[in-house]
Amino acid sequence: MPTRPLTRRSKPAQALPPALDLELLRALSNATAVSGDEGAVRRLVLEAVRPLVAEVKVDPLGNVLAVLPAAKRDAQRVLLAAHMDEVGLMVVDYDSDGALRFEIVGGVSDRMLLGKPVLVGPKRLPGVIGATPVHLLNAERKATVVKAAAMRIDIGAANAEAARRLAPLGERATFATEFAVLDGALRGKALDDRLGCALLIALLRAGPYPVELHAAFTVQEEVGLRGARVAGYAVAPDAAFALDCTPALDLPDSRGRENTQYNTRLSAGPAIYVSDGRTIADRRLVTHLTRTATASGLPYQIRQPGGGATDAAALQRAGAGVPVVSVSVPGRYLHGPAALVRTADVENTLRLLHAALTGWTPKVLKP
Amino acid sequence: MKALLKTLCEAYGPSGSEGPVRELVRAEIRKLADYVTVDPLGNLIAVVKKQGKSGKKVMLAAHLDEIGLVVTHVDAQGFARVQASGGVSPLTCVGSRVRFANGRVGVVGLDARRDDMGKIPALSEMFVDVGAADRASNPLQVGDVAGFTRPLEDLGQRLIAKSLDDRVGVAILIETLRALKRTPHEVAFVFSVQEEIGTRGAGVAAFGLDSELGLAVDVTRTGDTPNGLKMEVALGGGPAIKVRDSGMLADPRIKDLLLLRAREAKLPTQLEVLEGGTTDAAAMQLARGGLPVGCVSIPTRYIHTPSEMVDYGDVQQCVTLLLEFLQKPIEL
Repeated sequence: MPTRPLTRRSKPAQALPPALDLELLRALSNATAVSGDEGAVRRLVLEAVRPLVAEVKVDPLGNVLAVLPAAKRDAQRVLLAAHMDEVGLMVVDYDSDGALRFEIVGGVSDRMLLGKPVLVGPKRLPGVIGATPVHLLNAERKATVVKAAAMRIDIGAANAEAARRLAPLGERATFATEFAVLDGALRGKALDDRLGCALLIALLRAGPYPVELHAAFTVQEEVGLRGARVAGYAVAPDAAFALDCTPALDLPDSRGRENTQYNTRLSAGPAIYVSDGRTIADRRLVTHLTRTATASGLPYQIRQPGGGATDAAALQRAGAGVPVVSVSVPGRYLHGPAALVRTADVENTLRLLHAALTGWTPKVLKP
Repeated sequence: MKALLKTLCEAYGPSGSEGPVRELVRAEIRKLADYVTVDPLGNLIAVVKKQGKSGKKVMLAAHLDEIGLVVTHVDAQGFARVQASGGVSPLTCVGSRVRFANGRVGVVGLDARRDDMGKIPALSEMFVDVGAADRASNPLQVGDVAGFTRPLEDLGQRLIAKSLDDRVGVAILIETLRALKRTPHEVAFVFSVQEEIGTRGAGVAAFGLDSELGLAVDVTRTGDTPNGLKMEVALGGGPAIKVRDSGMLADPRIKDLLLLRAREAKLPTQLEVLEGGTTDAAAMQLARGGLPVGCVSIPTRYIHTPSEMVDYGDVQQCVTLLLEFLQKPIEL
């Protein structure tokens, strides 16, 4: 099949995918799904995906795997992955006064925690990570970062017994942040990677494509890309894309020098990866994305090569190997109480992925 | 073989950008194997089909890729900030020349004002200057990858070149394939990708091939330089048969069989215990249900600098040893 020519720079010329479902994103962002306990998000995903696809299942590790058949026969299998889990906290012990000891699940800086309201467990018990008021701090304590091991979650329990009953051992906790739509921006917790989940659902809704689209909503990404590893093996696709959210550290350098280490920039469009800490992206897929963006008049940026990783790292090494690339929405303040993304970046990421799938031909993978 | 080494070593092929060196190898081996394929990650695989009933499925691996630098930012003045791709030491960077995929050459410069002038500078305090006057006229983009560039020097018995790690292994596999006339085994010659950043290519290749045993052919360090490592291996001592490295314990049956074949052919060998570093064999060993692996190493000085050194006799003896290994039965 010849490549369908993409209309050049114009108002949205191709049939645009439906706009992102903001109410679904709100529900996804507000839900609690710390790594290993993704049930709440999985239920939302299943509910949204079931009417859209031919086949959907939950695999042994808890990944949701859905298949959208191709618009034609003998199509290549393309896997898109977005992770359902988020970083957070886990209850591990109780003080005699009823305060909860916790451990961090995934990557959260100690500095993000102190004084923050949290929600504990599936019943979403409100709590707070206790902190000393500033007027009771001496100069030395003001200048030091409190370690997470010295912090406690206070859910108002009077003693250890009560605390154990309300929040059994192993219960997860997240920041108590309500999703909000701002002026041209979105703010919420866990946009890494509920945004990817919402994009993937929007792409399923806007199909079919000239590929057999396999959607993987993965578990345990934040603790070592564990879900994607088995999903990649089970699907054995011809190519795979990881959809994620990546930090934008694009604020000016404090010494007035040029900021050369920003990872990505807000408002510069979808971030395409060429390499990160654990993956070198397949050049053919990078080229397909950049050409598609140029042909569609969409902005894009290359994420700065550096550390970090996405599900792509695990997908690439599944079975006999898979060509992979990652595409992320740039977001500020990730892995903290509230991330902030630009709506335009989200929409352009959706448009780029939709155009890349619509314009897919087997030639993409020719050397 | 020196001409082949020169061509291979001087070629461009940082991890993930192995295309040019893969095409050079493909041209060399085109008519030598029963079939040649490229797998989804870019590993080039040449297979010699089984010729005897008792033959084994054997995988040999040497990696195509080399260490390099990747552009992270082009600043307003037209200088490119870079990051290491693989184990690049900042010590060897300043003043080095690098070449990008499109042929553009640059020099690595160093920030003259640094936070701590007494320390070895970090790569983040260096930049690549490709002679551009400003950002707009700099042809480089974020994500562009450079390899070090340096011609091979033939000192007679010894050779100096960049990327002998692991183009010398690649050359040894090519020459072994060329000279292999009769073997009872099914031998897959794998020219692997992305070894320098975590033995990524060989692992998936081993899964795809489902071999019964594997051998990596790669460089190893030596202890024969002034104030050198405490290590037995020396240049000119013959092929090094790996006992262990920091990522893999060689299967003792494979190690012993290699030593036996070397004795039969009157080849010198040395045993290798490498305390830092590993090879494709580490990834091969863990593919599928696991496979016994070993490694034939080429003693090499100054690894991961733009001027690595090998002994030409060692290199030729590695070819002879592999031929002895492959032409005879393998019973573990």
